[in-house]
Amino acid sequence: MTLDLDMGKYAVFVWGGYGVTFVALTALVVVSLRAQAVRRRKLEALQQAVEDKR
Amino acid sequence: MINFLANPERFSRVTRPLRPWLAGLFAVVLVWGLYLAFASPEDYQQGDTVRIMYIHVPSAWMGLLVYGLMGVASFFGLIFRHALADAAAKAMAPIGAVFTGLALITGALWGWPMWGTPWQWDGRMTSELVLFLFYIAYIALHASIEDETRAARMCAILALVGLVNLPIVHFSVLWWNGLHQGNRIETTGAILWPLFVMVAAWHLLFAWLFLVRIDAEILERRYRALRARLSYN
Repeated sequence: MTLDLDMGKYAVFVWGGYGVTFVALTALVVVSLRAQAVRRRKLEALQQAVEDKR
Repeated sequence: MINFLANPERFSRVTRPLRPWLAGLFAVVLVWGLYLAFASPEDYQQGDTVRIMYIHVPSAWMGLLVYGLMGVASFFGLIFRHALADAAAKAMAPIGAVFTGLALITGALWGWPMWGTPWQWDGRMTSELVLFLFYIAYIALHASIEDETRAARMCAILALVGLVNLPIVHFSVLWWNGLHQGNRIETTGAILWPLFVMVAAWHLLFAWLFLVRIDAEILERRYRALRARLSYN
């Protein structure tokens, strides 16, 4: 099977749909991974501060 | 099993090794699905716009599934006070909102050249919009209530009320006449295969992101609990 990337007169709709999907899902992935990393760092910093106090 | 995973730290520890596997598997299945989507023949009536179906249908399906799972988690949280239920529902909400938003946008982009209009207030489109608004209301309500227990209870009630909309979305094409096609897809394997693979990719993406987001939620709750304990001492 060969790829057909020429969407003809529907190119705006097809590529627009795939483009919006790519942007939205990439943003969701980035935001989710970033939130996880930030919260892990925040918790580790607090745990370290507690350790240092002892 | 549910009780075993009720401990947040144990849940994070058990699911941590799964996350990279799910991410990798999602990437592989996505590439496979996209290849099939653009290698499959165009539809004899809809031409190349049929390729929008490969992202529209999985997104719409996931919007419904994720809300159903949020309802189950909310039920467990409200009735059985399961320790992770609210965190699970809260972690799912933005993922479901994005899938539902994508279903609305890709549906409009598909409908525009086929129906001559991107939108009609018919049963399917309106109930899908209502589903999206339930997601937004859930996220906004959770963010607006500071007390965690109260936020969990109020949001669980909202999620359970929203469950009423799920059968309306599904059966809307049978109950009311509109532009949207029916639930059954009458087509050949060449068009069904890419659809199945993309549905699988969206499931894997959801599973991966859910585990990432619930881990972030558990970390946040551990942080708040530790800070509260320190200020108490």
